[in-house]
Amino acid sequence: MLRYLIRRLLLTIPVLLGVATLVFALIHFIPGDPAQAILGEGATQEEVAQLRARLGLDRPLLVQYGTFLRGAAHGDLGRSLRNGEPVTSQILLRMPATAQLALASMAVAILVALPLGIIAAVWKGTWIDHGAMTLSLVGISIPNFWLGPLMAIVFAVQLGWLPVGGRGTLAHLVLPSITLGAALAAILARMTRASLLEELGEPYVLAARAKGVSRTRAVLHHAFRNSLIPIVTILGLQFGVVLTGAVITETIFAWPGIGRLLIQSIGFRDYPTVQGCVLLIAVTYVGVNLITDLTYGFLDPRIRVDRP
Amino acid sequence: MTRVGAVIVLLAVLAALLGPWVTPFDPSSQELALRLARPTVHHPFGLDELGRDILSRVLAGARISLIVGLTVVGISTLVGVLLGSIAGYFGGWVDDAISRSVDVLMAFPGILLAIALVAVLGPSLRNVVFALSVIGWVGYARLVRGQVLRAREFEFVQAARALGASTARILLRHVIPTTLPAVMVQATLGMAGAILAEAALSFLGLGVQPPTPSWGTMLNGGRLHLLDAPHLTIFPGAAIALLVLGFNFLGDGLRDVLDPKRNRTH
Repeated sequence: MLRYLIRRLLLTIPVLLGVATLVFALIHFIPGDPAQAILGEGATQEEVAQLRARLGLDRPLLVQYGTFLRGAAHGDLGRSLRNGEPVTSQILLRMPATAQLALASMAVAILVALPLGIIAAVWKGTWIDHGAMTLSLVGISIPNFWLGPLMAIVFAVQLGWLPVGGRGTLAHLVLPSITLGAALAAILARMTRASLLEELGEPYVLAARAKGVSRTRAVLHHAFRNSLIPIVTILGLQFGVVLTGAVITETIFAWPGIGRLLIQSIGFRDYPTVQGCVLLIAVTYVGVNLITDLTYGFLDPRIRVDRP
Repeated sequence: MTRVGAVIVLLAVLAALLGPWVTPFDPSSQELALRLARPTVHHPFGLDELGRDILSRVLAGARISLIVGLTVVGISTLVGVLLGSIAGYFGGWVDDAISRSVDVLMAFPGILLAIALVAVLGPSLRNVVFALSVIGWVGYARLVRGQVLRAREFEFVQAARALGASTARILLRHVIPTTLPAVMVQATLGMAGAILAEAALSFLGLGVQPPTPSWGTMLNGGRLHLLDAPHLTIFPGAAIALLVLGFNFLGDGLRDVLDPKRNRTH
């Protein structure tokens, strides 16, 4: 296990380096002079030169790259062009809001998906199964940037039950977490069904039934528990859906998280903050994938042996 | 469900092709006196904030969605199949270089990298297609690499090699065709993904710019009128969901047909 752990950790290093390199390169993808593009056509030569110096764009590319990597490794992502605040502290300030939304949406997804997947697997081939799977495909197809406003129209505007946006009470969390959790619930329900069907076909389930174990107990206590390993893995791997969805959901519901900061910073051409947000989201995603992989390797010894 | 998917997609294609002839009004013409008017018999989807007919704009939006979807999937498939088969067939440092690039691009969840790219390149239809293609090809490359690793050991591939066939011929005539069923499924589901991604970028104000009638841009415009004119949000969103659902139904059905093993177990 230790060898697997070390190998998996070592494999993550080049990926993180690649991610940091791509994020560093972003500002150089701006057509023309980045400083001129940020300040606009009306800026004087002196202002452009000042900004170039402030962003370090007047230094050789390799020096810029080294400074960026060293800063990123120490948690220094530069300063915002909009308000002069350190990018890291801006992100840290908004991190709890995004974490709260992500966790709530995953809870919503689990609460909906597991019963739906189990019901579909147990009644495989019946109208219940077809209905549940069609519902999940509909869930995957409905964009969260449509679901969110639709729910806001019904539950906030028409019925007045919930606030239309912002963060504060638990009520503020309901619509954003359902909006963000819906697609994940749909994916998870399909995975739960598939995983449980595999287990239900195993001889040990038949043996349990032959020994007089009830159908419910055979499904929930035997098959479902074993099918949880791939489900947990999928939940970890689908964390990316939550992170990207958060960018859109936070924008819809004015949720003060990292996603909203990213979109606002794009609007203000605050590229250091854009770079910081993108880097943090990608690194979080890589970290969650790593933890998922290690957990899976820990739970299923075949993984540690089989992987190259 | 596959048939339902096929019908939905066919209707969208017809709307895109015949749009200019079947739209009841010019998607750009404005009736400012009737701005935000609710649906009527004359305007079944109502009018938007500039008094434009929403049905006409939804029909015209189908064209944008399908063009973006087809272009992104086309470029992604081409690049992904090419690089994936090269990585899988040659192995060694070539495989390492391609696979590590795939790993790095896959470290950015969903459309995050596309958002970042469009943010620096500027919002436009061309940049959206570019950004979505940059992240799109990796899925195909990973899929094809795995398939090619298996295919290169097939007897008919080894026989072709023994008979002195060139590498290009082996790849194009023998190896790549074995990957096409899986690629076809991925491409169909990829259409759904690309359409959703374009709409998401346009919704965020980073994609197609007004006055071009894109479904995502229309949804973005509707956000300001959730209280007084919800029809601005309802109809373009329904169009996106329906077309994406159509491609998902079609992709699911194709997967069941082309992968009998999966069909048997699930």
